[in-house]
Amino acid sequence: MKLTKIIDELNATVVVEPKDETEVEGVYIGDLLSLVMAKAQENDIWITIQTHINIVAVATLVNLSAIVIAEGMDVDEDTIKKAKEENIPILKSELSAYEIACKLCRLGV
Amino acid sequence: MNKKDDTIKLEYDIIQNDFVRAGEASSNVKKILKQLGIDSKIIRRVAIVTYEAEMNIVIHSYGGKLLVEISSKKIEITAKDNGPGIEDIEKAMQEGFSTASNEIRELGFGAGMGLPNMKKCSDVLKIDSEKGKGTTVYMEIFMKSNQN
Ligand SMILES: Nc1ncnc2c1ncn2[C@@H]1O[C@H](COP(=O)(O)OP(=O)(O)OP(=O)(O)O)[C@@H](O)[C@H]1O
Ligand SMILES: [Mg+2]
Repeated sequence: MKLTKIIDELNATVVVEPKDETEVEGVYIGDLLSLVMAKAQENDIWITIQTHINIVAVATLVNLSAIVIAEGMDVDEDTIKKAKEENIPILKSELSAYEIACKLCRLGV
Repeated sequence: MNKKDDTIKLEYDIIQNDFVRAGEASSNVKKILKQLGIDSKIIRRVAIVTYEAEMNIVIHSYGGKLLVEISSKKIEITAKDNGPGIEDIEKAMQEGFSTASNEIRELGFGAGMGLPNMKKCSDVLKIDSEKGKGTTVYMEIFMKSNQN
């Protein structure tokens, strides 16, 4: 599914713009970075409450399609800068990880 | 990469507690492997082990180096630091074992999964460590592997 469609449906705030053609194939939820590295699959959208710069390295290294910050957490400035450099889209939602996941599930992701 | 004796050597300094640059060495290695046209499954495994090794140096050591050698047969990864060393390697290898502080855990590190991830994703893993000296983690990932 196109990330742009997910952004519309989730009503999420775009913190770092995606490219139009970014595709999402699955979902991974987690805040422990070593588990994300081991378990998240390529082109997954990653839901987390971590906001520091290292999440961009994680997303880049395992080819995640985007990061969704749950619970309306503020994203660090250097995280945003790095995500722009590395082309990792970041979205932000006031919803909980569970609520975001439910919406994605209903969308058929 | 076609010539058999062609080896590419990469070397990175990894600085203790430098969370802003942490992951850059691994990201750089990944970019180079992609440019070389290495299989994406191999790249994923190398990305995971270099990241975990790099983060362990940042978090648990006084600083060190990440060395990567790429040849047509295998990729060798060496993470070498200046201390303080691992007291009990067997314990450190267990899933869930971590000495990370609460502060570090709040950032999402300290699941105690780094070394187990390295073991899972490598074909060879050797850890050499002495308390008070330093730690060297050596790994090999074969280009033609039984793993997926
Ligand atoms: N380079 C090192 N120097 C000293 N101690 C280390 C080093 N690498 C690992 N350790 C010790 O081994 C433990 C387990 O390491 P491991 O990478 O598996 O987990 P972690 O780093 O604590 O958490 P995670 O990797 O899941 O974020 C660490 O908590 C630390 O005590
Ligand atoms: Mg670790």
